[in-house]
Amino acid sequence: MAQTIYDRLGGEAAMNAAVDIFYRKVLADDRINKFFEDVDMEKQAAKQKAFLTLALGGPNKYSGKDMRVGHTHLVKRGLNDTHFNAVMENLAATLQELKVPAELIAQAAAVAESTRKDVLGR
Amino acid sequence: MPSITFEGQRYVLREQESVLEGLLRHDVSVLSSCRSGVCQSCIMRAVDQSPPAESQKGLKESLRSRGHFLACLCRPESDMEITLPGNADLPWVSAKVIGKERLSERVMQLTLRCPDTFSFQAGQFINIIHDDKVRSYSVANVPNGMRTLELHVYRVDNGRISNWIHNDLAVGDAMSIQGPFGDCVYNPAAPDQPLLLIGTGCGLAALRGVIHNALQQGHTAPIHLFHGSRALDGVYLTNEMRALTERYPHFNYTVCLSSNAPPSGFTPGRAADVALAQYPQLKGWRVYLCGNTDMVKTAKRKAFLAGAALKDIHSDPFEFSHAMSPAPPSAASLSD
Repeated sequence: MAQTIYDRLGGEAAMNAAVDIFYRKVLADDRINKFFEDVDMEKQAAKQKAFLTLALGGPNKYSGKDMRVGHTHLVKRGLNDTHFNAVMENLAATLQELKVPAELIAQAAAVAESTRKDVLGR
Repeated sequence: MPSITFEGQRYVLREQESVLEGLLRHDVSVLSSCRSGVCQSCIMRAVDQSPPAESQKGLKESLRSRGHFLACLCRPESDMEITLPGNADLPWVSAKVIGKERLSERVMQLTLRCPDTFSFQAGQFINIIHDDKVRSYSVANVPNGMRTLELHVYRVDNGRISNWIHNDLAVGDAMSIQGPFGDCVYNPAAPDQPLLLIGTGCGLAALRGVIHNALQQGHTAPIHLFHGSRALDGVYLTNEMRALTERYPHFNYTVCLSSNAPPSGFTPGRAADVALAQYPQLKGWRVYLCGNTDMVKTAKRKAFLAGAALKDIHSDPFEFSHAMSPAPPSAASLSD
């Protein structure tokens, strides 16, 4: 079986470092940070860790329904494609910073992209 | 097969079943999400023994040492008693007032003798109840085998509990306490990590505990304390902290006053603003934030954006502990 990006980066332990980089980028991004304010930072980081784990092919049991339910309140606040695209950019930038090769970043982006409909409640 | 006891009920696990799977199979409602040890939403705490090491993967050391684990990864070999992580299960116990000392116009140090069974780590906090009102206070001392707890109580105008402590509570009185809570504790595994401690008002109590613990354990990297108050009446322990700076050259102490025109020796401005302006790069640092809720929330975000890892930022979420405290036993059962 092909090794996942998750395994290549170092598995669960590497996710903590990846989350710190990703979350920091998201909070510093004025296009989307309003969706990440007013939440418990630990809980937010845990969710992002689950998201990164999913995108990188690590163990996860997230379903489309989880994604849909988890973002309903944000869709009500105006979450749309522009914001989703911004998150995708931050994901790619995070993986670049972690020196993940371009073809694997594309793989991860494709997995993340597959959640778009559920995240945006379509 | 091992069994787990949760909220007074015993559940027998099946072969290879995780604690989370076992609870869900019995229709016990527990939070969970990824079910693979990543999201940490199913965090629980073992009451009386250490949980299996693999179930503590990825948790902060301060949580591991207090028996927290992830239910989805926990496949116990022997029986376990477990509880939710909020510590609301901790019993109320009786403590005795053995000292009261005024530290400033507004701040009273209250010294309590607690039961033999009560143990805490420097920097944690406890709950106090009076007239059905619960308040949290940080413990300001390092455990010393004397079963004493030192609390710093800021007198809030019209504050029922703080005025009761300042004006009515006397040496020799009994009171009920619950705890300890919180993970504002020193990490002895990283003596070479710079520490930034920011506290407002009596948030200094927890920081004092962490600082004394760090110095006792031989912390080698710089330790920077910023204490803030609106006015002079909330400034205290300045002599002790200044003495520490003389004894330990790597300990630095700044007192900030946010009111107009502070006297010499004090830095104008809010403690968090002053600290984060002076140390804008916090990569690799450990940060402690205690005090005013808004300050803690804002500074946490800023410290993270300045490069501190989220797991290295400790803060006291005082506002949660109130809601999670169950009713204490009646006063009659507390008398000793």
